[in-house]
Amino acid sequence: MSYFSDIYKGIKTLLTGMSVTGKYFLTSRKGAITQQYPDNRDTLKMFDRFRGEVIMPHDENNEHRCTGCQKCEIACPNGTIEIIWDRGIDEVTGKKKKKIDQFVYHLSMCTMCGLCIDVCPTDAIEWGQNFENSVYDRSALTRVLNKPGSKLMPGVED
Amino acid sequence: MILLSITENIHNWLFSIMPEGVASIVEMVLIAVVYLTIFAVAGLFLVLLERRVAAWFQLRIGPNRVGFQGLLQTMADAIKLLTKELTGTERADKFLYNLAPYFVIISALMALAVIPFTKEFHAFDINIGIFFLIAISSIGVIGILLGGWSSNNKFALIGAMRSGVQTISYELSVGLSLLTMVVITGTLQLSEIIEFQKNGWLIVQGHIPAIIAFMVFMISGTAETNRAPFDMVEAESELGAGFHTEYSGMKFAYFFLAEFINMFIIAAIATTMFFGGWLSPFGITESIPWLGVFWFLAKTMGLVFLMMWFRWTFPRLRVDQLLTLEWKYLLPINLVNMVVMALIVWLNLTIRF
Repeated sequence: MSYFSDIYKGIKTLLTGMSVTGKYFLTSRKGAITQQYPDNRDTLKMFDRFRGEVIMPHDENNEHRCTGCQKCEIACPNGTIEIIWDRGIDEVTGKKKKKIDQFVYHLSMCTMCGLCIDVCPTDAIEWGQNFENSVYDRSALTRVLNKPGSKLMPGVED
Repeated sequence: MILLSITENIHNWLFSIMPEGVASIVEMVLIAVVYLTIFAVAGLFLVLLERRVAAWFQLRIGPNRVGFQGLLQTMADAIKLLTKELTGTERADKFLYNLAPYFVIISALMALAVIPFTKEFHAFDINIGIFFLIAISSIGVIGILLGGWSSNNKFALIGAMRSGVQTISYELSVGLSLLTMVVITGTLQLSEIIEFQKNGWLIVQGHIPAIIAFMVFMISGTAETNRAPFDMVEAESELGAGFHTEYSGMKFAYFFLAEFINMFIIAAIATTMFFGGWLSPFGITESIPWLGVFWFLAKTMGLVFLMMWFRWTFPRLRVDQLLTLEWKYLLPINLVNMVVMALIVWLNLTIRF
């Protein structure tokens, strides 16, 4: 008698499915995931995992965590990252040490693959949530991520 | 009363200023214009409703920019489609290719003519109303077949052939489920069917077999309008756009509007046959006859919403599943259901108030 049990199961599963979508329909006004973007520009906050652009966070003393190891530059498949580095004298030990001069990031070439961020041993770079990246001149997409006058945060290399 | 007096006045005025033959032709043209307007407005409104309802089911917002809450969105879309170029394929059968949208539209309009909106608002009260509706609603498939055949495109042809298979199979269930209800009413005329329901809507009068017939009718009706989950004809992920792949501009809009009007017609037939048409529940507004339009549209919209609900719930069926559902399940159930209904009517077991 699988014929009748098939009919019963069919109707039952159809009603289950309709109850699920019905619940979504009733709660849709509260749970709508659509962002009406230009209207809510001031309050719109992107979620944490959004990949907008690569940024280098600085703390309040204008210190970053980049040691200039260039692993990100090697990992990048497109040549998006270019590190211009220099050798300087460490004040504490007095030894010659590598430090970054400019961390150049070409946003126009970046595919947001995230390999540079995965490979960074000191978590110096991370994802920013900015998504308004359109500019009138292409050269504006080439950015220097370390702020002028910034230096390496002490203790990162230990 | 208002509707009745308006139509009566126009009728008398027309016949007073011109000879009888001319006046009746003018009257027919006027009615045709009214129905064309209903066709366009209802079609556009249903498209908007579908988009909003679909958005809500998917936790989106839907079109809400053009006009208040997006009310003019579909109007703007229609104007955009009007201005678009009418493209066609090379070596298409030009005559049939151009003819196909009109077949679809005209069959939908003809079905619309016999639907009783309210007691006085009923263009064509033919004494074989239900039979006429069943016959007309399957003619629309000729337009789809012609469109698919003549546009010289593989996808379109496959879509059209699927539509043929589907409509021929499901036509049986639509007809039989409606015949089950005709067993109770004993008449095919739509106005008399509604008069008969003053003692309780047919879905109450016929209780169990009527509910089964209603479910079968809604399933097969959805299949006949080629909507998801039975949209084998269009099947975006398989066939591009199915039978109307090669249509653009206003010709495409005709197919699109006709699909939505067909949905409205199926819902309207279900309202008439199962839910008492323009009768108010328990006769609460029997003293105000023009409210019949409101009740009719409210019930129809409820059923249209039901169709949208299962459109956005269920995934598309395969062709073999589609035919299994019809020939192995719906048809036998329907035949048994009809015998049960006949027994119930014979033994006087119907529920009447």
